[in-house]
Amino acid sequence: MAAPNLDFNANHFKLFGLPENFRLDADTLDKRFREIQAQVHPDKFAHAGDAERRLSLQWATHVNEAYQTLRTPLPRAQYLLHLSGSDTELHSNTSMAPEFLMEQMEWREAVEEARQGREYDELEQLHFRVKQEMKGHYDQLARLLDDSRDYAQAADLVRRLMFLEKLLFEIDEALAALEA
Amino acid sequence: MAYSEKVLDHYEHPRNVGSFGKEEEGIATGMVGAPACGDVMKLQIKVGKDGVIEDAKFKTYGCGSAIASSSLVTEWVKGKTLDQALEIKNTQIAEELALPPVKIHCSILAEDAIKAAVADYKKKHGE
Repeated sequence: MAAPNLDFNANHFKLFGLPENFRLDADTLDKRFREIQAQVHPDKFAHAGDAERRLSLQWATHVNEAYQTLRTPLPRAQYLLHLSGSDTELHSNTSMAPEFLMEQMEWREAVEEARQGREYDELEQLHFRVKQEMKGHYDQLARLLDDSRDYAQAADLVRRLMFLEKLLFEIDEALAALEA
Repeated sequence: MAYSEKVLDHYEHPRNVGSFGKEEEGIATGMVGAPACGDVMKLQIKVGKDGVIEDAKFKTYGCGSAIASSSLVTEWVKGKTLDQALEIKNTQIAEELALPPVKIHCSILAEDAIKAAVADYKKKHGE
Protein backbone atom coordinates (compact mmCIF):
# COMPACT_ATOMS: atom_id res chain seq x y z
CA MET A 1 0.00 0.00 0.00
CA ALA A 2 1.22 3.42 -0.90
CA ALA A 3 -0.23 5.03 2.17
CA PRO A 4 -1.69 2.60 4.67
CA ASN A 5 -3.04 5.25 7.02
CA LEU A 6 -4.96 7.17 4.34
CA ASP A 7 -8.59 6.58 3.50
CA PHE A 8 -9.83 7.27 -0.04
CA ASN A 9 -13.37 7.72 1.24
CA ALA A 10 -12.52 10.27 3.89
CA ASN A 11 -13.77 13.75 3.08
CA HIS A 12 -11.20 16.40 2.21
CA PHE A 13 -11.25 17.98 5.67
CA LYS A 14 -10.65 14.66 7.41
CA LEU A 15 -7.90 13.86 4.93
CA PHE A 16 -5.97 16.90 6.15
CA GLY A 17 -7.13 16.56 9.75
CA LEU A 18 -9.01 19.86 9.69
CA PRO A 19 -12.41 20.79 11.15
CA GLU A 20 -15.26 21.00 8.61
CA ASN A 21 -15.41 24.78 8.57
CA PHE A 22 -15.28 27.53 6.00
CA ARG A 23 -12.87 29.47 8.22
CA LEU A 24 -9.66 27.65 7.62
CA ASP A 25 -6.13 27.55 9.02
CA ALA A 26 -4.32 27.85 5.69
CA ASP A 27 -0.86 27.25 7.21
CA THR A 28 -1.95 23.93 8.68
CA LEU A 29 -3.56 22.95 5.39
CA ASP A 30 -0.33 23.74 3.50
CA LYS A 31 1.77 21.83 6.03
CA ARG A 32 -0.45 18.71 6.04
CA PHE A 33 -0.66 18.80 2.25
CA ARG A 34 3.12 18.75 1.93
CA GLU A 35 3.39 15.91 4.47
CA ILE A 36 0.86 13.69 2.70
CA GLN A 37 2.21 14.62 -0.72
CA ALA A 38 5.67 13.45 0.35
CA GLN A 39 4.15 10.20 1.57
CA VAL A 40 2.33 9.35 -1.66
CA HIS A 41 4.54 10.99 -4.29
CA PRO A 42 4.97 8.70 -7.34
CA ASP A 43 8.75 9.29 -7.29
CA LYS A 44 8.88 7.26 -4.10
CA PHE A 45 7.36 4.32 -5.89
CA ALA A 46 9.48 4.41 -9.04
CA HIS A 47 10.85 0.97 -8.23
CA ALA A 48 7.71 -0.51 -6.73
CA GLY A 49 5.33 -2.91 -8.49
CA ASP A 50 2.73 -1.78 -11.06
CA ALA A 51 -0.19 -1.90 -8.64
CA GLU A 52 1.60 0.20 -6.04
CA ARG A 53 2.76 2.71 -8.61
CA ARG A 54 -0.76 3.10 -9.90
CA LEU A 55 -2.14 3.51 -6.41
CA SER A 56 0.43 6.15 -5.52
CA LEU A 57 -0.46 8.09 -8.67
CA GLN A 58 -4.16 7.92 -7.81
CA TRP A 59 -3.40 9.14 -4.32
CA ALA A 60 -1.19 11.98 -5.50
CA THR A 61 -3.97 13.16 -7.83
CA HIS A 62 -6.64 12.81 -5.15
CA VAL A 63 -4.62 14.70 -2.53
CA ASN A 64 -3.85 17.45 -5.02
CA GLU A 65 -7.51 17.89 -5.94
CA ALA A 66 -8.56 17.87 -2.29
CA TYR A 67 -5.96 20.54 -1.52
CA GLN A 68 -7.02 22.79 -4.42
CA THR A 69 -10.65 22.46 -3.36
CA LEU A 70 -10.01 23.50 0.22
CA ARG A 71 -7.39 26.15 -0.47
CA THR A 72 -9.60 28.45 -2.59
CA PRO A 73 -12.59 29.95 -0.76
CA LEU A 74 -15.33 29.49 -3.35
CA PRO A 75 -14.63 25.81 -4.15
CA ARG A 76 -14.29 25.26 -0.37
CA ALA A 77 -17.74 26.75 0.23
CA GLN A 78 -19.19 24.65 -2.58
CA TYR A 79 -17.61 21.55 -1.09
CA LEU A 80 -19.07 22.31 2.34
CA LEU A 81 -22.51 22.74 0.76
CA HIS A 82 -22.01 19.44 -1.03
CA LEU A 83 -21.13 17.74 2.29
CA SER A 84 -24.24 19.24 3.88
CA GLY A 85 -26.31 17.70 1.10
CA SER A 86 -27.48 21.01 -0.36
CA ASP A 87 -27.51 21.77 -4.05
CA THR A 88 -25.87 24.98 -5.22
CA GLU A 89 -27.85 24.76 -8.51
CA LEU A 90 -24.95 26.33 -10.36
CA HIS A 91 -26.10 24.88 -13.66
CA SER A 92 -29.85 25.05 -13.30
CA ASN A 93 -30.58 28.26 -11.42
CA THR A 94 -30.62 31.09 -13.97
CA SER A 95 -33.13 33.29 -12.20
CA MET A 96 -30.96 35.39 -9.94
CA ALA A 97 -32.56 38.45 -8.35
CA PRO A 98 -33.18 40.98 -11.16
CA GLU A 99 -31.47 43.82 -9.25
CA PHE A 100 -28.39 41.65 -8.83
CA LEU A 101 -28.28 40.77 -12.54
CA MET A 102 -28.89 44.41 -13.50
CA GLU A 103 -25.97 45.41 -11.30
CA GLN A 104 -23.78 42.71 -12.84
CA MET A 105 -24.71 43.97 -16.30
CA GLU A 106 -23.74 47.52 -15.30
CA TRP A 107 -20.42 46.36 -13.85
CA ARG A 108 -19.62 44.46 -17.04
CA GLU A 109 -20.54 47.47 -19.19
CA ALA A 110 -18.28 49.68 -17.07
CA VAL A 111 -15.41 47.22 -17.51
CA GLU A 112 -15.98 47.05 -21.25
CA GLU A 113 -16.01 50.86 -21.56
CA ALA A 114 -12.89 51.27 -19.44
CA ARG A 115 -11.14 48.59 -21.44
CA GLN A 116 -12.01 50.18 -24.76
CA GLY A 117 -11.10 53.64 -23.49
CA ARG A 118 -7.83 52.27 -22.06
CA GLU A 119 -8.70 53.79 -18.70
CA TYR A 120 -6.25 52.07 -16.43
CA ASP A 121 -7.17 54.03 -13.29
CA GLU A 122 -10.85 53.34 -13.82
CA LEU A 123 -10.15 49.60 -14.10
CA GLU A 124 -8.09 49.68 -10.91
CA GLN A 125 -10.96 51.45 -9.17
CA LEU A 126 -13.36 48.78 -10.40
CA HIS A 127 -10.98 46.06 -9.22
CA PHE A 128 -10.87 47.65 -5.77
CA ARG A 129 -14.64 48.03 -5.51
CA VAL A 130 -15.37 44.47 -6.63
CA LYS A 131 -12.73 43.16 -4.19
CA GLN A 132 -14.37 45.08 -1.36
CA GLU A 133 -17.79 43.71 -2.21
CA MET A 134 -16.40 40.17 -2.40
CA LYS A 135 -14.67 40.53 0.96
CA GLY A 136 -18.01 41.40 2.56
CA HIS A 137 -19.64 38.42 0.86
CA TYR A 138 -16.93 36.00 1.98
CA ASP A 139 -17.20 37.24 5.58
CA GLN A 140 -20.94 36.68 5.44
CA LEU A 141 -20.42 33.26 3.86
CA ALA A 142 -18.23 32.24 6.83
CA ARG A 143 -21.03 33.29 9.21
CA LEU A 144 -23.68 31.42 7.22
CA LEU A 145 -21.66 28.22 6.85
CA ASP A 146 -19.91 28.03 10.21
CA ASP A 147 -22.20 29.86 12.64
CA SER A 148 -25.84 29.87 11.56
CA ARG A 149 -25.50 26.88 9.17
CA ASP A 150 -28.00 28.47 6.83
CA TYR A 151 -27.17 26.48 3.72
CA ALA A 152 -29.91 27.90 1.48
CA GLN A 153 -28.65 31.46 2.05
CA ALA A 154 -25.07 30.27 1.68
CA ALA A 155 -25.89 28.65 -1.68
CA ASP A 156 -27.41 31.92 -2.90
CA LEU A 157 -24.30 33.80 -1.83
CA VAL A 158 -22.08 31.23 -3.56
CA ARG A 159 -24.03 31.81 -6.79
CA ARG A 160 -23.53 35.58 -6.44
CA LEU A 161 -19.82 35.11 -5.79
CA MET A 162 -19.47 33.04 -8.95
CA PHE A 163 -20.50 36.14 -10.92
CA LEU A 164 -18.23 38.42 -8.91
CA GLU A 165 -15.24 36.09 -9.35
CA LYS A 166 -15.87 36.13 -13.10
CA LEU A 167 -16.21 39.92 -13.04
CA LEU A 168 -12.92 40.28 -11.18
CA PHE A 169 -11.28 37.94 -13.67
CA GLU A 170 -12.53 40.14 -16.53
CA ILE A 171 -11.19 43.29 -14.85
CA ASP A 172 -7.81 41.72 -14.20
CA GLU A 173 -7.64 40.50 -17.76
CA ALA A 174 -8.40 44.02 -19.02
CA LEU A 175 -5.68 45.41 -16.74
CA ALA A 176 -3.19 42.82 -17.99
CA ALA A 177 -4.08 43.67 -21.60
CA LEU A 178 -3.32 47.35 -20.94
CA GLU A 179 -0.03 46.52 -19.25
CA ALA A 180 1.11 44.34 -22.12
CA MET B 1 -12.56 23.99 -28.03
CA ALA B 2 -13.57 24.40 -31.66
CA TYR B 3 -16.70 26.43 -32.23
CA SER B 4 -19.09 25.44 -35.00
CA GLU B 5 -19.33 27.69 -38.06
CA LYS B 6 -22.74 28.94 -37.00
CA VAL B 7 -21.49 29.89 -33.54
CA LEU B 8 -18.56 31.75 -35.08
CA ASP B 9 -20.86 33.53 -37.52
CA HIS B 10 -23.14 34.79 -34.72
CA TYR B 11 -20.15 35.56 -32.49
CA GLU B 12 -18.37 37.60 -35.14
CA HIS B 13 -21.52 39.20 -36.55
CA PRO B 14 -23.97 39.25 -33.67
CA ARG B 15 -27.51 40.22 -34.71
CA ASN B 16 -29.56 42.79 -32.85
CA VAL B 17 -27.06 43.86 -30.19
CA GLY B 18 -28.10 46.68 -27.88
CA SER B 19 -31.07 47.99 -25.95
CA PHE B 20 -34.35 49.71 -26.77
CA GLY B 21 -34.97 53.25 -25.59
CA LYS B 22 -36.72 53.47 -22.23
CA GLU B 23 -39.58 55.51 -23.72
CA GLU B 24 -40.41 53.02 -26.46
CA GLU B 25 -43.71 51.20 -26.16
CA GLY B 26 -44.28 47.48 -25.81
CA ILE B 27 -40.80 46.75 -24.46
CA ALA B 28 -40.15 43.93 -22.04
CA THR B 29 -36.83 42.78 -20.61
CA GLY B 30 -35.57 39.38 -19.54
CA MET B 31 -32.43 39.23 -17.42
CA VAL B 32 -30.82 35.89 -16.65
CA GLY B 33 -27.44 34.69 -15.48
CA ALA B 34 -25.55 31.42 -15.31
CA PRO B 35 -23.69 31.08 -12.01
CA ALA B 36 -21.56 28.19 -13.32
CA CYS B 37 -19.73 30.48 -15.74
CA GLY B 38 -20.72 33.97 -14.57
CA ASP B 39 -22.44 34.79 -17.86
CA VAL B 40 -25.08 37.52 -17.86
CA MET B 41 -27.70 37.86 -20.59
CA LYS B 42 -30.29 40.57 -21.28
CA LEU B 43 -32.97 39.97 -23.88
CA GLN B 44 -35.47 42.66 -24.82
CA ILE B 45 -38.56 42.20 -26.95
CA LYS B 46 -40.72 44.84 -28.59
CA VAL B 47 -44.31 43.64 -28.79
CA GLY B 48 -46.83 45.20 -31.18
CA LYS B 49 -50.48 45.89 -30.39
CA ASP B 50 -51.42 42.64 -32.12
CA GLY B 51 -49.31 40.70 -29.59
CA VAL B 52 -46.63 39.83 -32.13
CA ILE B 53 -42.94 40.38 -31.35
CA GLU B 54 -41.80 43.06 -33.82
CA ASP B 55 -38.19 43.34 -32.78
CA ALA B 56 -35.68 42.00 -30.27
CA LYS B 57 -32.32 43.10 -28.90
CA PHE B 58 -29.76 41.46 -26.65
CA LYS B 59 -26.68 42.16 -24.64
CA THR B 60 -24.66 39.22 -23.37
CA TYR B 61 -21.47 39.06 -21.38
CA GLY B 62 -20.22 35.54 -21.74
CA CYS B 63 -18.51 33.04 -23.99
CA GLY B 64 -18.99 32.69 -27.75
CA SER B 65 -21.73 30.09 -27.34
CA ALA B 66 -23.72 32.33 -24.98
CA ILE B 67 -23.45 35.27 -27.40
CA ALA B 68 -24.39 33.08 -30.36
CA SER B 69 -27.36 31.56 -28.49
CA SER B 70 -28.79 34.97 -27.59
CA SER B 71 -28.09 36.40 -31.04
CA LEU B 72 -29.91 33.47 -32.60
CA VAL B 73 -33.00 33.78 -30.41
CA THR B 74 -33.38 37.48 -31.22
CA GLU B 75 -33.79 36.36 -34.84
CA TRP B 76 -36.09 33.50 -33.98
CA VAL B 77 -38.56 35.41 -31.77
CA LYS B 78 -39.25 38.09 -34.38
CA GLY B 79 -42.65 37.64 -35.98
CA LYS B 80 -43.78 35.22 -33.29
CA THR B 81 -46.56 35.68 -30.77
CA LEU B 82 -45.59 35.49 -27.11
CA ASP B 83 -46.91 31.96 -26.84
CA GLN B 84 -45.04 30.89 -29.96
CA ALA B 85 -41.84 32.42 -28.55
CA LEU B 86 -42.30 30.36 -25.40
CA GLU B 87 -42.22 27.23 -27.53
CA ILE B 88 -38.58 27.78 -28.44
CA LYS B 89 -36.61 25.08 -26.63
CA ASN B 90 -32.98 25.06 -25.66
CA THR B 91 -32.53 21.79 -27.56
CA GLN B 92 -33.47 23.57 -30.82
CA ILE B 93 -30.92 26.30 -30.11
CA ALA B 94 -28.22 23.77 -29.23
CA GLU B 95 -28.98 21.78 -32.36
CA GLU B 96 -28.99 24.80 -34.68
CA LEU B 97 -25.63 25.97 -33.31
CA ALA B 98 -24.18 22.45 -32.91
CA LEU B 99 -23.25 23.20 -29.31
CA PRO B 100 -21.11 20.60 -27.54
CA PRO B 101 -22.49 19.10 -24.27
CA VAL B 102 -20.41 21.44 -22.06
CA LYS B 103 -22.07 24.46 -23.71
CA ILE B 104 -25.67 23.29 -23.43
CA HIS B 105 -26.15 25.62 -20.45
CA CYS B 106 -25.68 28.58 -22.84
CA SER B 107 -28.74 27.46 -24.81
CA ILE B 108 -30.68 26.95 -21.55
CA LEU B 109 -29.75 30.51 -20.60
CA ALA B 110 -31.14 31.81 -23.91
CA GLU B 111 -34.38 29.86 -23.47
CA ASP B 112 -34.74 31.19 -19.93
CA ALA B 113 -34.11 34.73 -21.22
CA ILE B 114 -37.09 34.42 -23.59
CA LYS B 115 -39.27 33.14 -20.74
CA ALA B 116 -38.12 35.99 -18.49
CA ALA B 117 -38.82 38.61 -21.16
CA VAL B 118 -42.31 37.23 -21.87
CA ALA B 119 -43.04 37.04 -18.13
CA ASP B 120 -41.94 40.67 -17.80
CA TYR B 121 -44.24 41.69 -20.66
CA LYS B 122 -47.21 39.85 -19.14
CA LYS B 123 -46.52 41.39 -15.75
CA LYS B 124 -46.35 44.91 -17.20
CA HIS B 125 -49.48 44.41 -19.26
CA GLY B 126 -51.47 42.66 -16.57
CA GLU B 127 -52.07 39.37 -18.34
